[in-house]
Amino acid sequence: MSFDAEVVRREFPTLDQTVHGKPLVYLDSAATSQKPRVVIDALSDYYEHGNANVHRGIHELSRRATVAYEAAREKVANWINAVDPSELVWTKGTTEAINLVATSWGLDNLGEGDEILLTVMEHHANLVPWQIIAGRTGATLRYIELDDQGRLVLDDLDSVLTDRTKLVAVTHVSNALGTINPIERIAEATHAAGALLLVDGAQGAVHTKVDVQSLGADFYVFSGHKMCGPTGIGALWARKDLLEAMSPYQGGGEMIQFVHRDHSTWADVPHKFEAGTPNIAGAIGLGAAVDFLGEIGMDAIVAHERELLAYAVERLEAIDGFRLFGPTALSERSAVASFVMGDAHPHDISTILDAEGVAVRAGHHCAQLVMKHFEVAATARASFYLYNTTDDVDRLVDALGVVRKIFTA
Amino acid sequence: MTEVALNSLYQQLILEHYRSPRNKGELPEKTVEIHMANPVCGDEIRLQLRIEGGRIEEAKFVGQGCSISQAAVSMLTSKLEGRSLDDAEGLAKRFTDMMHGDEEAAKDRDLGDLRALAGVSKFPVRIKCALLGFDALQEALKETTGDE
Repeated sequence: MSFDAEVVRREFPTLDQTVHGKPLVYLDSAATSQKPRVVIDALSDYYEHGNANVHRGIHELSRRATVAYEAAREKVANWINAVDPSELVWTKGTTEAINLVATSWGLDNLGEGDEILLTVMEHHANLVPWQIIAGRTGATLRYIELDDQGRLVLDDLDSVLTDRTKLVAVTHVSNALGTINPIERIAEATHAAGALLLVDGAQGAVHTKVDVQSLGADFYVFSGHKMCGPTGIGALWARKDLLEAMSPYQGGGEMIQFVHRDHSTWADVPHKFEAGTPNIAGAIGLGAAVDFLGEIGMDAIVAHERELLAYAVERLEAIDGFRLFGPTALSERSAVASFVMGDAHPHDISTILDAEGVAVRAGHHCAQLVMKHFEVAATARASFYLYNTTDDVDRLVDALGVVRKIFTA
Repeated sequence: MTEVALNSLYQQLILEHYRSPRNKGELPEKTVEIHMANPVCGDEIRLQLRIEGGRIEEAKFVGQGCSISQAAVSMLTSKLEGRSLDDAEGLAKRFTDMMHGDEEAAKDRDLGDLRALAGVSKFPVRIKCALLGFDALQEALKETTGDE
């Protein structure tokens, strides 16, 4: 079946409404995606018929909840081509997954003189946990810089990586610019230096077909809510031996084997990292989301986003005073248009667009280092996903016409 | 909310203050300076006042941000010269009331150009932009009274 965004769109109830009297055009999927009916149904079905705690009970509902919860883990693990579902640890999302690695792996493996290599492109979620852990361990932070197109400067990567480098943490796809980073290349250099690579897949898992076996990352982390799943669920993927060697993150129920007065023994991975009652409904919802995406096909979704991006860039760049950030080659970027326009501040742009029914994000996008690099306080960002159409782009362009009218009057 | 009135938000007077802000620049003789920022959106101002004998003699600001935040602080500084601290406090209070939808406050002629910002009250997420300069003013007044 060929891909038809108009048909896909009907699966998303939220999109079928008016805002300020105008049909909603949702261009803020990089912040969070809308949810298809099947995901919403999976959540309510679980709470209506299947609700019970997992890995605890003998009774029928508990058994069913456990099966559904672990089946979801298997679906999501398969989605990123993990070798085994036990390599996938449920977390609240990308942020918690990074904090888990920073704490569990970082505290045991980092010390004075060690270096963590980050990039100026990172979301605060992939910066601040490392700053905290560097403070606690005495490790030093170093940065890969950006060029004027918002791409990583990798020419001197081999010299930036030294035998002091213990970890490289880099985003797969920039949320603020859309830049797609050459992870395979970075992985090769990282491993040659004897370091580990953590890849922030918050955007990468949404806009690329992720294969953790070929990508070369040692840790891959992502969120469910940006890829049609519920909020509050995400995952950390890592090779089993790596997870097994790591200390637990939080202590509590579910993550133990035996508890004594003075010590405890840990459950096997991934449960060792899943203390407390997990987000069962969220996991089941994310399982439903990857089923939904799998039926449409990631190749079709990526192709649709590419077409839409090309159309959007062509129309947007024709606007007087429009300045687009990020790589000029469309092959190097995902379906995000981060921009400024004349002397209209991004917040004013966003307010005016909102009044026209068009939802975009304005601000620093939790990437203040990127804003500093380009010497802007903020940008407006339109982000596209599988349910967006060329009509949405046209509505955006029309609404930007209103911005121009107000700000050049 | 059905259609929103963009016209009430982006009035010419506001855009004019945004493009040609009054009293923008450093005030070397300042007696108090307050830095206020909204980390969510990056709006930022430094309000500088020269206060002598319980009166604001001069008011200037340095800042960057959206039209609402910058126009509001521009308008504010042009209403401060010669005011007693109590008077300035009263101005800040009336403006804040206006932002929270108080129509009586919006009729106060003493607010001058600031009344053009009355429409911001209809845009809840933008109210904090308009209040940035006033928050700085109230902080400056507090600091000055505390000094005395």
